[in-house]
Amino acid sequence: MADTGFLPKENLSALLEALSKKFQVFAPVLEGDIVLFKRFASGVTLCLTRPANLPPKGIIFPQSEALFNFNFKKDPEDAKKVAIELKENLDFSPTIIFGSRPCDAQGFRIYDRVYLETDTADPYYKGRREKTTIITLACNAPSPGCFCTSVGRGPAETEGSDLMMTELENGYFFEPITEKGEEILKEAGLEDGSAYKEQSQKLHEKVSALVKKPFTTLEGIPEKLLSLFDNNQFWEEETAKCISCGACTYLCPTCYCFNITDEQVGNTGERIRSWDACMFFHFTLEASSHNPRPNKHQRLKNRVGHKFSYYPKKYNNVIACCGCGRCIRYCPMSVDISEIVAHAQGA
Amino acid sequence: MAIEKLKEVVLKVLPEVDVIIGYRQGFDPLHATPFFITKPEQADQLIWNPLCVQNLCSYLPFLKGKVGVVVKGCDSRTIVQYMQEKLITRENIKVIGVPCLRVISIKKVMAAINQQSVQNVTFEGENIIVKTSEGQKTILVTDVAPRKCATCQLATPLQYDLLAGDAIQSNKPQDAFEETKEFEKLSLEERRAYWEKEFDRCIRCYACRNACPLCICQDKCIAESRDPHWTSQRDNVTEKAMFHMIHGLHLAGRCISCGECERVCPMDIPVAKIKNKIGMDLKELFDYEAGMNPEDTPPMYTFKLEEANIKEHEL
Repeated sequence: MADTGFLPKENLSALLEALSKKFQVFAPVLEGDIVLFKRFASGVTLCLTRPANLPPKGIIFPQSEALFNFNFKKDPEDAKKVAIELKENLDFSPTIIFGSRPCDAQGFRIYDRVYLETDTADPYYKGRREKTTIITLACNAPSPGCFCTSVGRGPAETEGSDLMMTELENGYFFEPITEKGEEILKEAGLEDGSAYKEQSQKLHEKVSALVKKPFTTLEGIPEKLLSLFDNNQFWEEETAKCISCGACTYLCPTCYCFNITDEQVGNTGERIRSWDACMFFHFTLEASSHNPRPNKHQRLKNRVGHKFSYYPKKYNNVIACCGCGRCIRYCPMSVDISEIVAHAQGA
Repeated sequence: MAIEKLKEVVLKVLPEVDVIIGYRQGFDPLHATPFFITKPEQADQLIWNPLCVQNLCSYLPFLKGKVGVVVKGCDSRTIVQYMQEKLITRENIKVIGVPCLRVISIKKVMAAINQQSVQNVTFEGENIIVKTSEGQKTILVTDVAPRKCATCQLATPLQYDLLAGDAIQSNKPQDAFEETKEFEKLSLEERRAYWEKEFDRCIRCYACRNACPLCICQDKCIAESRDPHWTSQRDNVTEKAMFHMIHGLHLAGRCISCGECERVCPMDIPVAKIKNKIGMDLKELFDYEAGMNPEDTPPMYTFKLEEANIKEHEL
């Protein structure tokens, strides 16, 4: 890997402005009291002091996207003859996600196994993913509810990121992780950062020790959850307070489920892919009107099970939770997934 | 009110019911979480303080058997509304009332402490003292109370079977619609711009709907229905606004102003303002407030040839 870099804090906006000439740059921006990834533009208030309320997942996996547009064209000579015109939407721009957190960036690795590393890669995900460079900011303090070290990750984990940055007293230390990151670093033309490497590593270790540990081992968790699958009493007790909304799933950097609908007006319309959530009744509602998961305890069981059991069983023991803590800190009822997993472990 | 008193009442009620819903400490010292008690030994974990924000009544229509529930004044209007709409069998519910002058908006506290992780919380007199890695911050509870508390008249619940503490009176100003009246002074364009900006953030997680004690359609919500197809899955602001307007209008004359919709919004959208406006109109048109008297019929559930305050024949 190429050299490291260092950027004095006061030069941050200039860097983003320079990058914006070649890329569409998304950065965490303060809006009222919350932080959202928005297109960087002069005048926005950057906020790098805490993770964004919503992870940057929507930049690569949009909340709602028109996969293609369709148009039914009737033959004026013969009304029974209808031709369909289709227009696919596969044009993606070079993009930078700036200031994602390690957990956010790792979330894309969870998606990659599903949407990219298969025989039938998803062209929409692939198109955006390949054109996106992720610049991640290591955390310098844990946020309420986060537990990344318990799921085998950490506040300076590099997986999923192209370029890592660490906030030090007077500036940011940059370290490339991939070739994409290396290119951005070259382009940025920063001063040499090697003098800051050790300081940065020490900070990572210090922060890592501050993250709460609701469970100390992942050993046996996937199997334990499977063994509890039919234990309705366990799940009913654990999920009694859940109100089955979709806040946890939509704020989650590793939740990737979607719905597909045709939205049509007259003869024209779009086929839309939009986020969906296993916490909703409609998620598993079948055309016959049968619903295999009519109760909320079955739905939350699925959410926990998917992340901590089914996904790891399918993908080489990788836990599909990065411990970002958003589902805990923004849950209307303070449902705590790490507590449920810990209870399952002890059950 | 001392927590001992609440524990005492809970232990007294527990043998008569299948479950009691109260509060216990959540994932950090700032968050309380609903607590379903079935065994006497669990009562030790009960807590009661201004951080006990959730409206626990919302669970009642979905629970079978006999249920005890810890109820604040604002939340007690839920019980009344459920009685009106026959969503609960009152005899099956043991309402454990708790006197309450105000709760705390967690969002306001988090804003006051720079969104830091909370290490410890204590209450001293009128203050909440929050400790973070940046130090200790003393905040006046009234400064971080949600809007609804500023005009709340129900320091003691309207409905209770047992009261954990002494009945108290509210001495707050009555006008719950002042802010809405101010807001209405803005031009149509300004209001439109305001709501477009706010709704733009909506992620359609439906936390506002699911936390709403009166959103009883839940799994049959028009927001997700394909037939009728009133909202699409597009994520533009029109669709989002449409959902929030439907939510508001379905609650006309039924919204009991608990503010759960706004409290739970992870995107910080002030959705309770919409309900407050509709509540103001209901008050004006029908001289009606939801959830105050079990004998009332909500105005939208009934019909009069001539409404006293709607002069349609004089138009």
